[in-house]
Amino acid sequence: MSSKPRIVITGLGLTAPNGNSLGEFRANLLAGKARIAVIDVRHMGKHPAGVCDFDATKWQKRKEIRNGTRVGSISIYCSREALGDSGLDWDKVDKSRVGVYLGITEHGNVETENEIHNISQFGNDTKYWTHHHNPRTVANNPAGEVTMNMGITGPHYTIGAACAAGNAGLIQAAQMLQLGEVDIAFAGGVSESIHTFGIFAGFKNQGALGAHEDPTKASRPFDKNRNGIVISEGGAIYVLERLDDALARGAHIVAEIAGWCINSDATDAVLPNPERQTECVRMALKRAGMKPQDIHIVSTHATATTLGDIQECTALRTVFTDCPDTKINNTKSFIGHCMGAAGALELAGNLPSFDDNWVHPTINIDELDPECSLPGLVINQPLKVARVNAILNNSFGMLGINSALIVKKYGVA
Amino acid sequence: MTKDDIKQVVLDIIADIAPDEDLAAVKPEVRLRDQLSLDSMDFLDIVMELRKKHGIEVPEADYVQLASLDSCANYLLPKFQAKGK
Repeated sequence: MSSKPRIVITGLGLTAPNGNSLGEFRANLLAGKARIAVIDVRHMGKHPAGVCDFDATKWQKRKEIRNGTRVGSISIYCSREALGDSGLDWDKVDKSRVGVYLGITEHGNVETENEIHNISQFGNDTKYWTHHHNPRTVANNPAGEVTMNMGITGPHYTIGAACAAGNAGLIQAAQMLQLGEVDIAFAGGVSESIHTFGIFAGFKNQGALGAHEDPTKASRPFDKNRNGIVISEGGAIYVLERLDDALARGAHIVAEIAGWCINSDATDAVLPNPERQTECVRMALKRAGMKPQDIHIVSTHATATTLGDIQECTALRTVFTDCPDTKINNTKSFIGHCMGAAGALELAGNLPSFDDNWVHPTINIDELDPECSLPGLVINQPLKVARVNAILNNSFGMLGINSALIVKKYGVA
Repeated sequence: MTKDDIKQVVLDIIADIAPDEDLAAVKPEVRLRDQLSLDSMDFLDIVMELRKKHGIEVPEADYVQLASLDSCANYLLPKFQAKGK
């Protein structure tokens, strides 16, 4: 990628179940504080879920909130916070040169289920079906709501990439910046999936829905007694720019996008494939011009399913041999699986490591599954290390989509 | 049900669908769109809420009758009365 423009992160905004800013989120990751609620899921009763409590009215009128979608509000909140973090002088930005690229696992399930429930109260007469349905459920909805709220007239769309979507949004943005399609990109991943019972029912009937009497322990990747996914909502959106542009305006550079890969298993709709995951990570390293030893943090995708965690560990064990300085962690143990937002949030929580040299742990491991034992796994307590120069962010999804994104500390060769 | 009651019904609906608006000073004889930030989707919301909450149907050809609070009251009064309200 040396011949292409270098792409950097110059701002980010997020909402996670345990934090509505990077500072709050990071503090809780280092303090080992999970936050998972118990919610009443339509038709299904009470289940653990990660719920965000950001103030949507900070950036939206109440009518916008009412007419839009939950994920639209998440997207607007994260984008506006990212803008503030970036230091961009918004009034002077050419809005036609700004793009919005948001990764989503799914979209429209929440709104469709709500309307099916609504008309069920009226004898299933479709004349009671809301005229807001189509603008709420078109696949570009979250990104489109951002453009309307912020007056952005450049391109916007979502990238449907199952649970690899957070990385996919960032990769799409980096590519569009390299192509010169836009000068500034708002990119990342978002999810409102806790509001659709279909996701819960699907995972439950697949035997993959996590549960525990203490909801904060329900999501426990790599633990021997893990029993599945805790579904969460959230979002993380970044401001990306070409390095030269960022330097020209004197921006604070958070990190540099170093390399990436997206590939496909082409084997099974739900079962991951460690061989393809291995290939994905190795290709991302190659494109970044790095060796496995250059990676100091691997942010794992592991969702606490029995097989999926083992498969990812198999892939990592294959790639990261003889890498004593490579530490491995997991964010879903704190906040559950934020679906389309997962990859983007998990990267965000690790970025401060470039400055503070702390690696947040994966928590909720009472008994480590021997099949998930990895030399660099940081368990239950944060770890101070000598340096963090590069982070590998893994995100994998259904239909066999794998993504590996590498970001590096700016200024490090 | 009186015309004033119907005006209040419409105002209550608008309060739900346009919660940022100050409805205290709405003039009944002035077009709603001229004094409030309402678009065509909002008027469809008013039609939908009349249907859902009160069983009142407003055919598309009659949407113009919902222009102001006064015209709403004049148009909707016989419909509410027909419902025995």
